[in-house]
Amino acid sequence: MLTKRIIACLDVRDGRVVKGVQFVDIVDAGDPAELAARHAREGADEIVLLDITATHEGRKTLLDTVRRAANELFVPFCVGGGIRTAHDAEHVFNAGADKVSVNSAAIANPALISDIGRSFGAQAVVVAIDARRDPAAADPVRDAQVLIAGGRKVTGRRVVEWAREAEQRGAGEILLTSMDADGTRAGFDCELTAAVSQAVSIPVIASGGAGTVAHFTDVFTRGCADAALAASIFHFGVSSARSLKQELEQAGIPVRLPC
Amino acid sequence: MRVTVIDYKAGNLASVLKALRHLGAEPEVTDSDLAVIARAERIVLPGVGHFAATARLDATGITAAVREVIACGIPFLGICVGMQWLFAGSTEAPDQPGLAAFPESCARFPEGSEKVPHVGWNSLAVAPNSRLLSGVASGEFVYFTHSYRAPVIASTAATTTYIEPFSAAVEKGNIFGTQFHPEKSGTTGLQILSNFLAIAKESAC
Repeated sequence: MLTKRIIACLDVRDGRVVKGVQFVDIVDAGDPAELAARHAREGADEIVLLDITATHEGRKTLLDTVRRAANELFVPFCVGGGIRTAHDAEHVFNAGADKVSVNSAAIANPALISDIGRSFGAQAVVVAIDARRDPAAADPVRDAQVLIAGGRKVTGRRVVEWAREAEQRGAGEILLTSMDADGTRAGFDCELTAAVSQAVSIPVIASGGAGTVAHFTDVFTRGCADAALAASIFHFGVSSARSLKQELEQAGIPVRLPC
Repeated sequence: MRVTVIDYKAGNLASVLKALRHLGAEPEVTDSDLAVIARAERIVLPGVGHFAATARLDATGITAAVREVIACGIPFLGICVGMQWLFAGSTEAPDQPGLAAFPESCARFPEGSEKVPHVGWNSLAVAPNSRLLSGVASGEFVYFTHSYRAPVIASTAATTTYIEPFSAAVEKGNIFGTQFHPEKSGTTGLQILSNFLAIAKESAC
């Protein structure tokens, strides 16, 4: 049976893993290569590394970080942040990533999705979407606003229509972050996740808001998510992917165990 | 352990090379050097992407060279599209023939309530006496990402069920294939690659 994936996410700035609450109050959580290996050992089904570095110097550090992290990882490894061209993506693949995630650059140039897919396969292109419910819209969930620049800039795109366009352009997966839920540890936005997951045929990874095991159960059932991302609940030793999955299994969610 | 990895410019070789090196193998990569194929001790054909990309194997003469060394007993492992290439063809690219080591063809998962592509960790039902899957138990999980799949045939070494059962691995003499990505399948995947690396050429020619 196809299992639901638990994906460990590392937000990396200037070569260090950090975690913020609603994109502010950033704190240091460790070395990316070390943490990636630890998450894989502790049962994560996949690792995502999102680079939130803005500087040119920091970006060179990223490739080195990816190389170090990839070296000991034998589970799928996705890298995102600052990938603007197929050429940027190529460097990240050569450093050992299996997938790249694109966000702002895909909004600015949607052809980027097919450009990367043509050379590396659709399975290697994850389109990351940051969305915030729009109370002013006719359907606040399906028409949630798509934001870029770390959630600071409204694009005018609506979440379901953008997810569909991304799929049609050859995205392999959607990584959907609820800006309302992110960092709150109060639960995923299941309505938002379900709206997107039911609108596309490619897998949807739910992100933002994980705090308890019940939140994961919820997003895999009510939210129709194919995978779920978690960062802070792992980093500070609250739980490991393995213990999370053991609890999910008891709740009837198919997961990869033993792992 | 020497292993020749064929690059047909369809996707990313880094992960396969990394896993092979981790297991102590020395991979040699070629995209068109037939002399490298001729002296290969074992061959891996990785692959993600579109079946049509295998046209490059015909154009470079790799297909004919591979056919020859396989007939001489060189162990060959096709991964993902590389496994599908061992079949007669795929509805993904109907005009592009495969190697036809297996006479059946690959086709897309049927549309229905389940998502296509099939992406993620799914379990294996392992056939008895597989050399490739030696030490791998039924129920172990491996990582898949694909929209087309091969049918279950006499040479199926493991089946996986998504919508319906399909060939997750095939094995016939010195010819092996996995639909999943052993290089991305944790310790189970490394075990499978390690099994392959331990299989030696059998006949002498």
